[in-house]
Amino acid sequence: MSRSATQSANRGTALPSRFESRITQRTLLYAAQRLLIHGVVWVGAILMVMPFLWMLSTSLKTQGAALTYPPEWIPRPPQWNNYAEVVQSFPFATFAFNSLKIAILGTVGQLISTSLGAYAFARMNFPGRQVLFVLLLATLMIPGHVTMIPTYILFSKLGWVNTHYPLFVPAWFGGAFGTFLIRQFFLTLPQDYSDAAAIDGAGHFHIFTRIYLPLAKPVLATLALFTFMNHWNEFLLPIIYLTNQEKMTLTVGLSYFRLQFNTLYHYLMAGTLLSIIPIFVLFVLLQKYFVRGIVMSGIKG
Amino acid sequence: MTQRVQTGFPWLNNRQRKYFNEAALAYLFLLPTLIGLVLFSLGPVIVGFLVSFTNWNILLPPQWVGLQNYQTLIEQDLPHKVLWNTIYFTALNVPLNMAVALGVALLLNQQLRFAAFYRAVYFLPVVSSAVAASLIWTWLFSPNFGPINYFLESVGIPGPAWLGSTTWAMPAVIIMSVWKGFGTNMLIFLAGLQGIPQELEEAAMIDGANRWQRFWNVTWPLLTPTTFFVLVISCIVSFQVFEQVFVMTEGGPAYATTVLGLFIYLNAFRYNNMGYAASAAYVLFAIVLAITLAQFRLQARWTNYDL
Repeated sequence: MSRSATQSANRGTALPSRFESRITQRTLLYAAQRLLIHGVVWVGAILMVMPFLWMLSTSLKTQGAALTYPPEWIPRPPQWNNYAEVVQSFPFATFAFNSLKIAILGTVGQLISTSLGAYAFARMNFPGRQVLFVLLLATLMIPGHVTMIPTYILFSKLGWVNTHYPLFVPAWFGGAFGTFLIRQFFLTLPQDYSDAAAIDGAGHFHIFTRIYLPLAKPVLATLALFTFMNHWNEFLLPIIYLTNQEKMTLTVGLSYFRLQFNTLYHYLMAGTLLSIIPIFVLFVLLQKYFVRGIVMSGIKG
Repeated sequence: MTQRVQTGFPWLNNRQRKYFNEAALAYLFLLPTLIGLVLFSLGPVIVGFLVSFTNWNILLPPQWVGLQNYQTLIEQDLPHKVLWNTIYFTALNVPLNMAVALGVALLLNQQLRFAAFYRAVYFLPVVSSAVAASLIWTWLFSPNFGPINYFLESVGIPGPAWLGSTTWAMPAVIIMSVWKGFGTNMLIFLAGLQGIPQELEEAAMIDGANRWQRFWNVTWPLLTPTTFFVLVISCIVSFQVFEQVFVMTEGGPAYATTVLGLFIYLNAFRYNNMGYAASAAYVLFAIVLAITLAQFRLQARWTNYDL
């Protein structure tokens, strides 16, 4: 036992009242500390949401109210019409549909291609496994700006400029992050499962589809969410490939919307809010999968 | 019992045949990955390298110009400024981002009530698109009507022109980027903190170590692998900054925020200088590789994998 603990125990038997006052002092100090921590966390949280609140507030103002100084936080009365006007002046529904289509097609392809690759890396023997895996992980370091030009040449040769293909087709051909994530999960599954299945005469494809994939549902959900979000929020590729308005995604549409409504911040913020809402809803509903994905990639990386 | 494995190759015995079959099947499983590697990563890296030695506007066939593009990058002033801007952004964004992320992670690790709720709130900017976040911050930074300058004025500081100022545009972009990006690192730090065994902290507490001593002597050393990972990833991401600059300033005013990512994009797709853009992209690639390798070299000096 350490000295200070013995001392306070002795004091406790000799002078119970002073011991008690020490305890209350400690509790007070502890309570003050907790209060401070909570306070800091609260202030931080408010700072984090403030920009979103400012967006919401501006989106409900008249043009005049948006350009008043000092700024007002509560729009009076709220101009719900702004949203209707924004949707009428800009094809947000088309943009949203395009974003959704690309995100879904990309996500499906990414899940299929990376889970197949992950199974091979985790549970199959073949020459070159190590080299290929390291090579795949090394691609994480290649900046998008390096591959952007040659890939553009490839897709323009295929006549895919101003189509949605360049935005989701690459997802059908694997990816380091997803393959790594699923492989790590497959490695945690006991080898007995696949051994038992193999004895029963099941081939790898059978083991993969009937045993490994069903068990991997949580990690697949995580990857699906990240892939969906990345496609939904992607900006560099759509700005390169999409020129026709009816082909644009929400992010590119929004950036053109900005050029058109340069200083009309009440419209701009309404449009921005519309583009953010779907991903926020998804995040609130599926928060734990987001957290898990980052934690898994971070810890085991 | 000898099990016959079907398919051809009569010159192989059963064991070899089984191995061969498994390898063939593995490559079938990996077919999409392999095609992706060739078409979308390794192939482009090689083709891009070749393009960087040409003069090419996409419409006419490329002309081989040797090292001319790289020479231009070295000789002209703008590329230097662009490189400096990128380093400036990274040098401020990475430490700020990591400090905030670690600070918040330490706070949220104190067995707080509603920790999951706070975590979600701090993570919210990460899921919103960079374009949307940039539009919001452009408006927040508005020198005449924005709440930031209003706040500064109310505490007696005259607010700068932010995105309109050559001095303050980059700090504004950095502030926005820290807000937008630290949530990811916060989660990684939180996971790292939760991986530290409780007993060690308790042992230090019994030995009479105060909060600060416990952090420096127990938490920090055990967290260094996580910190290293976060540092490497943050540097890679920071050097590629593009979207917020594109939307908030388009590189202005007077090239004050033109970073490498934007410079490459503009040269390739606005000025149709594919070769020149490719050479700048290769400079970016070389820097990212160099920083990553350097960090792995230096890693042994300060990271601690004992646990």
